[in-house]
Amino acid sequence: MSENKNDTAKAKAGLGSEIVSLLKSNIRDYMMYIALVVIMVFFTIKTNGGFIQARNIANLINQAGYVAVLAIGMTLILILKHIDLSVGYVAGFSGAIAAILLTKYEVNVWLTILIVLFVGLLIGLYQGTLVTRVGVPAFVTTLAGMFIFRGLLALTLQETGTIIIPDKTFNALSNGFIPDLPVGDGSIHVLTMLIGIVAVVLVIFGQIKARKNKLKYNFKVTSTPVFITGLVFVSALIMLIITVLARYQGIPWTAVIVGVVLIGYNFMLNKTCLGRYIYGIGGNDQAAELSGVDVKKVTLFAFCSMSVLAALAGILYTSRLQSATPNAGVAFEMDAIASSYIGGVAVSGGIGKVTNTIIGALVIMSLTNGMNLMGVDISYQYIVKGIIFIIAVAFDVRTRKKAK
Amino acid sequence: MGENILEMRDITKVFPGVKALSNVNFEVKKGEIHCLVGENGAGKSTLMKVLSGVHPYGSYTGDIVYEGEVQKFKGIADSEEKGIAIIYQELALIPELTVYENIYFGHEIKHGKTIDWNETIVKASEMLKKVKLDVDPSIKVKELGVGKQQLVEIAKALSKNVKLLILDEPTASLNEDDSANLLELIKELKNHGVTCIMISHKLKEIIAIADTITVLRDGATICSLDARERKIEEAEIIKHMVGREIDNIYPKREKKAPGEICFEAKNWTVYDAAKGREILHDVNFNVRKGEIVGLQGLMGAGRTEFAMSVFGNTPGYKITNGEIELNGKKVNFKNPSEAIKAGVAYVSEDRKGNGLVLIQDIKYNISLANIKSLKNGLAINENEEIKVANEYKESINIKAPSIEQKVNNLSGGNQQKVQIAKWLFSKPQVLILDEPTRGIDVGAKYEIYTIMNQLVEQGMSIIMISSELPEVLGMSDRLYVMSEGKIMGELSAEEATEQKVMAMAVQS
Repeated sequence: MSENKNDTAKAKAGLGSEIVSLLKSNIRDYMMYIALVVIMVFFTIKTNGGFIQARNIANLINQAGYVAVLAIGMTLILILKHIDLSVGYVAGFSGAIAAILLTKYEVNVWLTILIVLFVGLLIGLYQGTLVTRVGVPAFVTTLAGMFIFRGLLALTLQETGTIIIPDKTFNALSNGFIPDLPVGDGSIHVLTMLIGIVAVVLVIFGQIKARKNKLKYNFKVTSTPVFITGLVFVSALIMLIITVLARYQGIPWTAVIVGVVLIGYNFMLNKTCLGRYIYGIGGNDQAAELSGVDVKKVTLFAFCSMSVLAALAGILYTSRLQSATPNAGVAFEMDAIASSYIGGVAVSGGIGKVTNTIIGALVIMSLTNGMNLMGVDISYQYIVKGIIFIIAVAFDVRTRKKAK
Repeated sequence: MGENILEMRDITKVFPGVKALSNVNFEVKKGEIHCLVGENGAGKSTLMKVLSGVHPYGSYTGDIVYEGEVQKFKGIADSEEKGIAIIYQELALIPELTVYENIYFGHEIKHGKTIDWNETIVKASEMLKKVKLDVDPSIKVKELGVGKQQLVEIAKALSKNVKLLILDEPTASLNEDDSANLLELIKELKNHGVTCIMISHKLKEIIAIADTITVLRDGATICSLDARERKIEEAEIIKHMVGREIDNIYPKREKKAPGEICFEAKNWTVYDAAKGREILHDVNFNVRKGEIVGLQGLMGAGRTEFAMSVFGNTPGYKITNGEIELNGKKVNFKNPSEAIKAGVAYVSEDRKGNGLVLIQDIKYNISLANIKSLKNGLAINENEEIKVANEYKESINIKAPSIEQKVNNLSGGNQQKVQIAKWLFSKPQVLILDEPTRGIDVGAKYEIYTIMNQLVEQGMSIIMISSELPEVLGMSDRLYVMSEGKIMGELSAEEATEQKVMAMAVQS
């Protein structure tokens, strides 16, 4: 008991220094959030508030969906010290297959999605096998993939040109919103609010439980005031976004899909053996191999997962445009790789979180969205994104060096 | 006779936690062949690195006097400029470039701003003549055998007007003909006034060629023997190399009657595709339950290769003959995973290179090799993992604030304990320890010996590979001595002496 009091007293005295040291040791993560907030505020001012409007936020989420999905897959690949350049055209090609199946062959929409994801899996097996069994470097394998799938995309749409997709269910994936409960006056989306509240409760309980566990083992935790401030901040942020969405049309289906992928991959990386192996191989592949990890199998898995997610991204993008075009997929890989690195994946491999990658994707897509609203020419958009990307990575490399 | 070309006076070089050289004095006369011998870790290579500027001026204390002047080399470029060239055991040639490009790589012959290739080829041919290498200078280096590559290295050194040539185990990877050839060439160079320092483990060739022999032991000069005055015997060199008393730094353990044979290799013969030769020949080896068996030999004798070939992590290794038995049953591990499952664990000699994931924490590293046992459905039972890691942290005394500490922030000794903990958690029957005490301080060494004693008392079988002879003698119940991929003999703890072991290890 007295120890507890002592701790509280110490905590109060050291609160200032704790915040400073917290900032210092987590500067990499905080910078990412700060950058996101600065970008959002900047565009809100520049667009006279247009950026932060509910309609645009929903729009942003729908636009960011395919990049987020790609970036999650790319995070695994980059942790393993590989790269996948082919994801853009794999996505474009997958979207084209979906369009053909839906229009020409009138396949059921769910079956279409399954088939497209399966095609993604086959592509992943092909590229992963080249990398792991044949030993062709991933850069070369997937550069060749860029050629091949760009060609296949063009070939698929050769006869028809751009295919307009009439299927409402398919198009709802990246344009629609979750349905509402039959209550309330319609001024606010009730189910969205409920989901928001449940999410906040889950986050709070999860964090408290994790903290308790850490205390049980005498691990270092943040002091109570800092912990509570953090919780309040996160909860407020979730509720802010949820409220904005609820006052419009609710949560977009894209957000649900990305959320499921994110939770799944986050669980996989943090809680399962496979996740351990991925970090182990990225950190020291020889040590992992000698510890009995099947490095080739895990790497093959990562490439398969990447291509399946690329196929999913293709579905989201095609659904967003409500059509498959021969230009789909151009430069997707750039956004995906940039998102992962901005989200803190180490350039030397072995480190990275999919939750942070999502923030990276938001940074990249906020830039795209904001600059589009401002009417900035696409050429300048690329330059701005490139500069932000290189600043983020340079900052990352510097802070990691100092930490050593 | 003759003046000194080189005097290294009171050289002391300290690495974090280890004193590699302490007040070493080393004198080399002009125009002689000077052989430097000593056990692994005696400080030979470190001394040569100090001389060549790899360890720059300021990182050591003492003076290097070369050609009568105190030198302050900041890097290899400085020492090369003065005519000192060093040829390492691992050759530093670029395989994809031609012989003449390699010879003048880094000090190209220029005509104005551009390289004069014609002149380069002419000059390179001259150098090749000097080393008696009859090859087309425009052939790629990768097409040459190791012996010829070595000659190209020497030609390269000559092209820099070398006065003092340092060769680090030049014959270690050569066959007999090539070795003889090389030694002949070194004599020839001596007649042309090139002074030569040669590090070697092969006493026969040292005796054949040396004018002076300096013995290093534990980072200190033991003696300099003049081979021109009288003939030096192998036994005398060995005595100086090992002549150390084993003090009581090894914890005692109760001698028990040995148990059944737990692990056995029969006629184990392995071919390495990368090296293009057989690296292990007919190795017969066994270890019983509750026994520590030492595997001794000099660098390159094939000890680590034996462990790796058994453990299944053998890219390019081909087992051409023999078998492994575990508890009397024949086994054949295709990969480390199978070996681990069967109860074999291998603590790597290179804990940073392939033992630990340095950017991860203690907990992560301890559980990695057996993480599947902590699975609870799909997810890892993290509480159980923390419990396990804490238990090992306690029981083998890993000194760190918590198991969430990143491994690259730990001292060498504690990193080694993490590695051992990781393998203990995989619950092995046979534990292979490869250089378990390399680069760690005396206190941590003692703790690791204590852990080893506890493990064998619990019935585990330990194979200990170590370059530190006293350690192997102090810890083993029995030991095998290897040389050039062959078992040269087996000694019981009672009959093993440093002299006997060293005599076997330098046989070929």
